[in-house]
Amino acid sequence: MVSLKPEIRIGFYVCHCGHNIASMVDCADVAAYVGQLPGVVLARDYKYMCSDPGQELIQKDIAEFGLNRVVVASCSPLLHEHTFRAAVAAGGLNPFLFHMVNIREHASWVHTDRAAATAKAKVLARAAIRRAALARELPQRQIPINPGVLVVGGGIAGIHAALTLAEAGKHVWLIEREASIGGHMAKFDKTFPTLDCAACILTPKMSAVGAHPNITLWSHSDVVQVDGYVGNYTVKVRRRPRYVNEELCTGCQECIGNCIYKEPKFPDEFNEGLGKRKPIHIPFPQATPQVVLIDPQVCLNFKRGVLTDRCKKTCVEACGDRKAIDFTQKEETKEIQVGAIIVATGFKPFDVRRVPQYGYGTYPNVYTALEVERLVNASGPTAGEIVLRDGRRPSAIAIIHCVGSRDKKTNRWCSRVCCMYSMKLAHLLKEHSGAELYNFYIDIRAPGKGYEEFYDKLNEEGVHFIRGRVGEVTDWAMIPEEEGKLVIRVEDTLAGVVRRIPVDMVVLATGLEPHADAQAVRRLFNMSCGTEGFFLERHPKLAPVSTFTDGVYIAGCCQGPRDIPDTVAQAGAAAAEALALIDRGHILQEPNTAHVLADCSGCKSCLPLCPYTAIGFDEATHQAVINEALCKGCGTCVAACPSGSIGQHLFEDDEVFSEIEGLLTADPEPTPALAATP
Amino acid sequence: MNAPAQPPAAPPWTPRIVAFFCNWCTYTAADLAGVSRLKYAPNVRVIRLMCSGRVDPQFILEALRRGADGVLIGGCHPGDCHYVEGNYKMLRRFGLLQRMLADLGIPPARVRLEWISAAEGERVKAVINDMTRQLQALGPLDLPGKFADWDAEIADLAATLQTESAKEPEATHTWEPPKVLVQPQ
Ligand SMILES: Cc1cc2nc3c(=O)[nH]c(=O)nc-3n(C[C@H](O)[C@H](O)[C@H](O)COP(=O)(O)OP(=O)(O)OC[C@H]3O[C@@H](n4cnc5c(N)ncnc54)[C@H](O)[C@@H]3O)c2cc1C
Repeated sequence: MVSLKPEIRIGFYVCHCGHNIASMVDCADVAAYVGQLPGVVLARDYKYMCSDPGQELIQKDIAEFGLNRVVVASCSPLLHEHTFRAAVAAGGLNPFLFHMVNIREHASWVHTDRAAATAKAKVLARAAIRRAALARELPQRQIPINPGVLVVGGGIAGIHAALTLAEAGKHVWLIEREASIGGHMAKFDKTFPTLDCAACILTPKMSAVGAHPNITLWSHSDVVQVDGYVGNYTVKVRRRPRYVNEELCTGCQECIGNCIYKEPKFPDEFNEGLGKRKPIHIPFPQATPQVVLIDPQVCLNFKRGVLTDRCKKTCVEACGDRKAIDFTQKEETKEIQVGAIIVATGFKPFDVRRVPQYGYGTYPNVYTALEVERLVNASGPTAGEIVLRDGRRPSAIAIIHCVGSRDKKTNRWCSRVCCMYSMKLAHLLKEHSGAELYNFYIDIRAPGKGYEEFYDKLNEEGVHFIRGRVGEVTDWAMIPEEEGKLVIRVEDTLAGVVRRIPVDMVVLATGLEPHADAQAVRRLFNMSCGTEGFFLERHPKLAPVSTFTDGVYIAGCCQGPRDIPDTVAQAGAAAAEALALIDRGHILQEPNTAHVLADCSGCKSCLPLCPYTAIGFDEATHQAVINEALCKGCGTCVAACPSGSIGQHLFEDDEVFSEIEGLLTADPEPTPALAATP
Repeated sequence: MNAPAQPPAAPPWTPRIVAFFCNWCTYTAADLAGVSRLKYAPNVRVIRLMCSGRVDPQFILEALRRGADGVLIGGCHPGDCHYVEGNYKMLRRFGLLQRMLADLGIPPARVRLEWISAAEGERVKAVINDMTRQLQALGPLDLPGKFADWDAEIADLAATLQTESAKEPEATHTWEPPKVLVQPQ
C-alpha cells in the first residue's frame, strides 16, 4: 500500500485569517520560505483559506499543478481539519493526504514578537511539509448507527430533548435519578419575567413524556456504565427499587392515606424539608411517572433499609387487588443500546452554609431561594402563605443577591438567573405578604427579552434596591426597633454609607453550581469539565452542545448556569445534533487505528495494554491481530511494541520522526525584510 | 522601516522545546490558551498525538538527538484519559526514561511530563514559561554538537591506536584495573 515512488507534489497555503494571523505572522514570508523546500510545488498566502474561494483555490491547484499533498497553515485542526479534508477530497485527492498546521491558536494569538512568531510558523510549516511527504492514502470505514438515544436527567432540558427526539420518531430512554422528572422547574411557582405558572407550562410536557410511545422513562435510576463509541453505545442502567410495581400502580394514592403513620412525619425533599411526608409517598401531585414509592429508611416494614416484615402493612390492604406494593423488589440492572447520548443533569444550588455570616441554620428565618420557591407556591407546604419557621408573618424581607456567585471566596462566576429570580421572588413575596422588600445587589443583570422591563416594573411596585454586598446578618439589636429582628449590615455603595436594616425574613439568592458528582458523571460519559466543574462544550461558540466525545451532547445547566428559555433552546439544539447524527445512518470512522506489521514476533506485550481488548492473538501465525472496529486509535500499543511492529494510521512512526526532524533542523535564518508586503 | 545594511546579529540563544500533546486534553488546552489570547514564550513546538500513551520514548530521544533542549509531554489528568489509561502507560515509561536520561547525564528538568486538562489554558502558559525559564538557565543541551565531539574523539582515539599499534604490533592486550581515588572524608 505504501508507495512513495511517485513524485511528491505539495501545495502549501498559509491563511491570514483576516488579521488574526497576519498581524503577528508575516504570511507572505512564510509562504516564500516554504516555497523553496523540497517537494513543494506551490506556496500561497490567502486571506481566508476556510472560505469558499479559499477551498476552491486548493481544488483548482490540485488539478492545475497535479498536487498530491496539501498542507494548510491556519487555525487549529480541531476547528477546520474536517473542512480542508473535504476540500481536498472534492479536489480529487484522498482526504488523508492533507495536513494542517496550527499557527493561530499556537502562534499568532499567543506570541507578542512578530519575528519570533513568524519564525515559529516557518518551523511548524516545515515540519508539516516533511510529514506530509510521507502521508498515505487511507480508506474510511463506515459504521452503522443505532437510532436510539439516551437522555440523562429529566429536568426541563432532558424533557424537551426527549420529546423532540420522540416526536421525530426516535426511541428515547430517559433516565432520571429522582423518583419523578421535572427537575428544579417543577418546584417553582411562577417563572420570570412573564410570571406564568411553572406547573402550567411544565406539567403537560411531563405527562407527554410519560405517555409517549417512543419514550422509555426510568426514574429512580442511575447510569452506571457506558461502553462503545459514537453510534454504538452500550449503557448499563441501575433501577433502584421503589417497592412498588410501576406497571401495577395506578397512582390512586390510597396507600398513602392508609399508611400506618396517620400523619406525615418525615422531611419532604421536594418541599426542601419545609413540609412532611409519609414513608410511602409521591414526590408531588403532578409527579411523572404517577407511581408512589416507599422510603425503606423510615418505613416500619424495614429497619434501616432491611426488610423486617413487622408492619401491619395497611398500605398493602389499601392497594387490594392491584397488588402493586412489593416489599421484595430488588435493584435491577438493565442494558440498552443507543447511538447518541444527551447529558442534561442540571445544577445544584450553592450550599449556603459556606457563608456562615448570613446566618443560615443559625437564624430560623433565613431561607434559601429554593425554599422560598416552595413557600410562595400554592401547592407548597404553607399553601402559598408566607408563614415563617417561627410562625410569624414578615413585614420586612431582605433578599441577598450573589450568594455563592461573583465571589472570589466561593464561586467566581455569575449564576445568570439569580438577579431575575430574586426580582421574581420579591414580586411574589410582596404580593403574598404585603411586606416591604429589600434587594441587596452588586449589579442588576437583566439581559434578556422583557427582563429589563421586569426590573422597571419592580421599581414601580416599590421594591427597594440597595447596592452593596451584605457584610453580615445578625440578631444583635443596637436600637429598640431592631429587637427581635434580623439586621442586615451593608455598605450602601451608592449612598456611600454603612446601613443597618432590620427585617423579619432573609432570602439568600444562591448561585448555581455543578453537581457534587459531576466529575464521576463526566468520567462515565468521557467528557471534560471546565475549571468551575460544569461540563465542557466542544467549542464555546460553534459547538456549544457537543462534547469532545462524538455522539455525546450536553444541554441545560450541566453546561453552565442559564435560565429556562436558554435551557430549552439548548435542549432543542442537542436533540437536533443527535438527530443529524442518527439520520445519517452511518458514521465515517477516523482511520487512525493501529495495525500489526508483518515482522511481529508474537511477544504478546501489547495484548494487556489495550483498554478496549481490540488486540487478539492468532495462534496459527503466532502474531498479534488488531480488530480495527474495536480500536479507538490511542496508539498506546504502538508506542509499547518492543520491536516497532505496530503502526498507527495517520500517526506512523516515520511521520512523527519526520515531524520531529522538521521541527529541529537548523532554523531558518532571521528573515531579511522582503520587498513591501502589505 | 530602514532595512539594516548588515545582516542582523544572530539573536541570543533561547531553548528549543519539542512538545507532544494529546489531542483531547493538552492540545485542546493549548488551543484554549490561544482563544483566550494568553501570551507565552515562543519556544515550544507542538506535535499533536491522539494520546500521551502514543509517546514512544524514542520520540523523546530523537527530539533530543536532533537538537531539542527539552521535551514536554502533555496528557490528561490521571483518571481522565480519553482512552481510559494511556496516560498511566506514559507515566510508567516516563519514570524509566528519566532514570536512563539521568544515567546519560541529562538532568530531569529537560524532559517534563505534565497533566493539563482541556480547561487549563492558563496552565499551558505557566508550564511553557516555566520550562523555558528553566532551560534558559540550564543552557543548550546540544546533543548534535556533543555527538560530533564524541565522534571526533573516537576518530582521534582510533587514529592514535592505529599509530601505536603500528609501533608495537606484538603487544598483548593486558587489562589494568582503573586507579580508584578514595577521597579522605
Ligand atoms: C431558585 C431558582 C429559581 C429559578 N427561577 C427561574 C425562573 O423563574 N425562570 C427561569 O427561566 N429560570 C429560573 N431558574 C433557572 C432554572 O432552574 C434552570 O434554568 C433550569 O432548571 C435548568 O434545567 P435543567 O434541566 O438544565 O436542570 P435541572 O432543573 O437541575 O434538572 C436536572 C435533572 O437531572 C437529574 N439528574 C441530575 N444528575 C443526574 C444523574 N447523574 N443521573 C440522572 N439524572 C440526574 C436531576 O434529578 C434533575 O431532575 C431558577 C433557578 C433557581 C435556583
